[in-house]
Amino acid sequence: MSMEVTQLLINAQSIDGTVRKHAEESLKQFQEQNLAGFLLSLAGELANDEKPVDSRKLAGLVLKNALDAKEQHRKYELVQRWLALDMSTKSQIRAFLLKTLSSPVPDVRSTASQVIAKVAGIELPQKQWPELIVSLLSNIHQLPAHVKQATLETLGYLCEEVSPDVVEQEHVNKILTAVVQGMNAAEGNNDVRLAATRALYMALGFAQANFNNDMERDYIMRVVCEATLSPEVKIRQAAFECLVSIASTYYEKLAHYIQDIFNITAKAVREDDESVALQAIEFWSSICDEEIDILEEYGGEFAGDSDVPCFYFTKQALPGLVPLLLETLLKQEEDQDLDEGAWNIAMAGGTCLGLVAKAVGDDIVPHVMPFIEEKISKPDWREREAATYAFGSILEGPSADRLMAIVNAALTFMLNALTNDPSNHVKDTTAWTLGRIFEFLHGSTIETPIITQANCQQIITVLIQTMKDAPNVAEKACGALYFLAQGYEDIGPNSPLTPYFQEIIQSLLSVAHREDATESRLRTAAYEALNEVVRCSTDETSTMVLQLVPVIMLELHNTLEGEKLSMDEREKQNELQGLLCGCLQVIIQKLGSEPTKYMFMQSADQMMGLFLRVFGCRSATAHEEAMLAIGALAYAAGPDFAKYMPEFYKYLEMGLQNFEEYQVCAVTVGVVGDICRALEDKVLPYCDGIMTQLLKDLSSNQLHRSVKPPIFSCFGDIALAIGEDFEKYLRYSMPMLQSAAELSAHSSGADDEMTEYTNSLRNGILEAYSGIFQGFKNSPKTQLLIPFAPHILQFLDSIYMEKDMDEVVMKTAIGVLGDLADTLGSHVGGLIQQSVSSKEFLNECLSSDDHTIKEAAEWAKHAITRAISV
Amino acid sequence: MAPHEIRRPFKRRPISDQQKRRELSLLRQSQHRSDAQQRARNLASSVISLQSSSPDVDPEILFEAVPELDEGTESESSSFDVRQASRLRGPEARKWFARQLMLPEWMIDVPDNLSRDWYVLARPAGKRCFVVSSDGTTVSRVRNGSILHHFPSALPGGARKKGASGPANSYSILDCIFHESDQTYYVIDMVCWRGYSLYECTAEFRFFWLQSKLAETGACDPPSFYHKFRFSAVPFFNCDQSGLHSAYTGSLPYVKDGLLFYNKHAHYHTGNTPLVLIWKDESCSQYVIDTDNNGEVPDQQHIVLELQEEGKLVTSDDPPVPFSCLNADFVKQSGLLSGSLIRFAIGDGGLNCVDGRFEKADLQYIGVSNRARAFADSYSKIMFQYMARHSPLKVEDLASTISHENQQDKTPEVEMSD
Repeated sequence: MSMEVTQLLINAQSIDGTVRKHAEESLKQFQEQNLAGFLLSLAGELANDEKPVDSRKLAGLVLKNALDAKEQHRKYELVQRWLALDMSTKSQIRAFLLKTLSSPVPDVRSTASQVIAKVAGIELPQKQWPELIVSLLSNIHQLPAHVKQATLETLGYLCEEVSPDVVEQEHVNKILTAVVQGMNAAEGNNDVRLAATRALYMALGFAQANFNNDMERDYIMRVVCEATLSPEVKIRQAAFECLVSIASTYYEKLAHYIQDIFNITAKAVREDDESVALQAIEFWSSICDEEIDILEEYGGEFAGDSDVPCFYFTKQALPGLVPLLLETLLKQEEDQDLDEGAWNIAMAGGTCLGLVAKAVGDDIVPHVMPFIEEKISKPDWREREAATYAFGSILEGPSADRLMAIVNAALTFMLNALTNDPSNHVKDTTAWTLGRIFEFLHGSTIETPIITQANCQQIITVLIQTMKDAPNVAEKACGALYFLAQGYEDIGPNSPLTPYFQEIIQSLLSVAHREDATESRLRTAAYEALNEVVRCSTDETSTMVLQLVPVIMLELHNTLEGEKLSMDEREKQNELQGLLCGCLQVIIQKLGSEPTKYMFMQSADQMMGLFLRVFGCRSATAHEEAMLAIGALAYAAGPDFAKYMPEFYKYLEMGLQNFEEYQVCAVTVGVVGDICRALEDKVLPYCDGIMTQLLKDLSSNQLHRSVKPPIFSCFGDIALAIGEDFEKYLRYSMPMLQSAAELSAHSSGADDEMTEYTNSLRNGILEAYSGIFQGFKNSPKTQLLIPFAPHILQFLDSIYMEKDMDEVVMKTAIGVLGDLADTLGSHVGGLIQQSVSSKEFLNECLSSDDHTIKEAAEWAKHAITRAISV
Repeated sequence: MAPHEIRRPFKRRPISDQQKRRELSLLRQSQHRSDAQQRARNLASSVISLQSSSPDVDPEILFEAVPELDEGTESESSSFDVRQASRLRGPEARKWFARQLMLPEWMIDVPDNLSRDWYVLARPAGKRCFVVSSDGTTVSRVRNGSILHHFPSALPGGARKKGASGPANSYSILDCIFHESDQTYYVIDMVCWRGYSLYECTAEFRFFWLQSKLAETGACDPPSFYHKFRFSAVPFFNCDQSGLHSAYTGSLPYVKDGLLFYNKHAHYHTGNTPLVLIWKDESCSQYVIDTDNNGEVPDQQHIVLELQEEGKLVTSDDPPVPFSCLNADFVKQSGLLSGSLIRFAIGDGGLNCVDGRFEKADLQYIGVSNRARAFADSYSKIMFQYMARHSPLKVEDLASTISHENQQDKTPEVEMSD
């Protein structure tokens, strides 16, 4: 058998397709027929030093893939299968794996490390393989060095796979001791030191207790800082990675070390290899991220309200840090703006400078202005670009008051540079900077406007001119126009853009049609700007937006006529369809109401026809955009949307079945709601099909969980639309709601993300109940709902007692209480009076500061008073 | 172990426009959902305020039941008006509108002071409906609340046309009859005009306002792109000899279906009211006696009654008039729910009245009434139909009552001038 496996594994890597395919099939068959034997042979192959390296590596990889998968449901299946294996098979495999760590072949050891970590990830939470950590630790004290290296790597992967709470503190201490000792300069072997440093990066999450202990923390920090000075570049890089991770995980423990770290990072940024320098900059970016978050939580008002205090490391470091970052800006690469994947020290430095500005606000300005003033007019493009980039970077953070004079003075200069600077790079950054000016310093909240009657014409002319420049520059100009339009979002009936509206639209369309529009995502930027211009337009220009309808429809039509296209062309075509559907969606929302609705709706038939054809193309993005547009159209069309349903229905069903591209499914669920509100009782003929799909979606473990709460809300939409005809779905939907309610009633102990999800689930369930109660109101069938009342009241009580609901749930929950009382009236008067919700919870909501909660509570009180007084 | 990716977005917006569209859509959907629920809740509040104005519920008692309601809520529930109702959708809207029309009682005896206190008008044949114009559109709903037409009109706020329809929040509600053959809405009453409620105004004022305001808007003009149906005010007369004569025999552009009598002092009262009366005979209506589904007059009079708890059968009046009782076993056997509308034939035993009040009836069960119906028959309708088959109230009776009143009125005047 084992001989066969070797040959199969080698054949599976053959360049001959037939051989390869045959081998892959045989392996698959083996796996399906005899999982235990299969896994055991693979582990044996991996452990056998007499076998070829290639077959051993693949054996390890296949073994790893038999333990883990990306998709949640698949992963769950694999874990269950592993746990179901008999103990003797499992111990043999474990033994093979541990043995492999001593192999002289580095790749094989590394593969075994990863497989061990996967097994540990499954078994440790089940309290299985208890001797693993002890036996790994015993390896540490062994010679030769390569075993030590492999063991440290294994510990690193193990920390990545396993949650800290399943490892005893005693073991954690031993792991960290082994790892930090391995990093120590006293360790003579660089491979061991590198493996240890990388292992520490993974193990930092386990070191909570150790970072709380001054002595242990000092020791770890000293070893990490020393490692940043190692002669080996990979070790220095790995050590800086540790510092980056410490910056975000243990920010509040850093005060003692920050001066030393500044010195180390400054030296690395100025002198070290770029791979190391990038990590050194990232350390400061991470510190800024932390401080920005903390200061945001402070909210200016309740200083000290945050769990973690702000130590103002960035502010203290300003005098040294800003010059350091400004220096990096001069190290641009020639074509970095043309390369989507570029990331270099100048880009990292500028990005960090932007974060520093956000973290310290006004204080950054005097540190940067001299650099800008000195370099902005230099003959070397690098200096001009660096100065402009520095300027653009600090526009978010400082107050408008602090920046206004500077920006006003710079504006003319910028417009001039955009027209006349010979450097593509400078123009790119200048256009981007203009966009930032409009993004942060233009809009209704700014007291003295940057854009005035005097300069508006010039700004628009220059931007339109720039849109004809190289694709990367034109893209930034479109971005600037986006923010220019956004600033007039709530301008009122008269927009300063009105006189230029036609010209702007024309120019954006021409940009979208440029032959090189697919470079530098120019076409996307053009349509995005067009969308924003339309979104922020006023009634004055609605006729021009109306004229845009046939233009965009024709473009969409043309994308559907494409004949034989290559893969690449098809992909671009689909992307364009997505953009055009997105654009139509924005237009529908703009024109679908007063006073343009009647004119606009004359195009509705044709537009709907195009959307339906988009569904014929295979592209998730285009589907999603078309679906969103149809939702908007349904809202605009109201009951008239009924005429599209016979044709549209199958695509609606397809969307609801799209588990893989769950965004499409999510968007489709939302559109079902739109359609219910548009069609009301006319949606009834489609409800059997829709409800069947929604119920299937809910029972699927393949569907992304984020789609489930909106599905419950959708039940409510349907019930509200069809009223008592929802009766036939009660026997399916109510048990689903009930079990979901039980699941979501308690979330205690979960993390923030889980609490957030639980609340969104509760909200969905409650919206369903509201819709159902309201749908049955005043119907003779109301009594059908009476049996569900005790459970619903209990659900309300338990989420109230749990004390972790957010405002949205609070409002929905108290609304449900009112709906229940209103619809069931005196039948449930007694039950309501017994519930906590009708007393404490109601009172809490009645005294809420949030007026929407208060309003819902008053309604509930009203309804309850009636229910119990009859 | 590979180095960790630390690339950050460079010269990029943090969220894409697609993500923005997605989020805006979600926001719009959740806003619309909460609007829909708010409407449903407001509906209930409006039902309370309507009950409180009806005579058999003491408004003070209702107020005491909810003493903590602050002013905000109070004004909110009472500020729920037909404009908000016009945004109601589906079954909610049907239920609401089904209760908003003022429904005439059938004239089973002639009221006093016809000539002094009443108007008379010839009812056009067609579907009675409520026409609401608001937010740039016009919707007509028939008596059971379901939509008849959805169209642009020259009424205030009735079309998405700039300028002409006045302020965006203006809306109007008319009580109309849609006359099929000339596709015209004949306006018989005005309930709200340009956002101004006429519910609490006398019929005298409402009719005056209707005649003077309707034509101003261009609503009486022939149909056009922004005005799909023509409107026309129904002429009304003081109910004296000549008024009655004009309404009864006068030539009008529409087919008549009986005469309507409005008490001049009456407010617009939703539901059945004795202050508006309908009367018919063969010469002013094709449909004096109810026909069945095939358009034929059945041998026996059919009536529709509502089944209540314990088998009680009642009319649609407020308070309901009990007519008979169904056997409990029968109710169970036929699976009838309380609230069902049931059709009966009146047998040879007929209706027995004692002193003008109904005493008992010989009812024969036919079956459950068809779904489109929202209400049982009213007491006055049953009685009028019964009289029409046996001893109808004739136009001569009306005329003679008026002339009798006139003589009484004239006598004192003569004496004073003397």
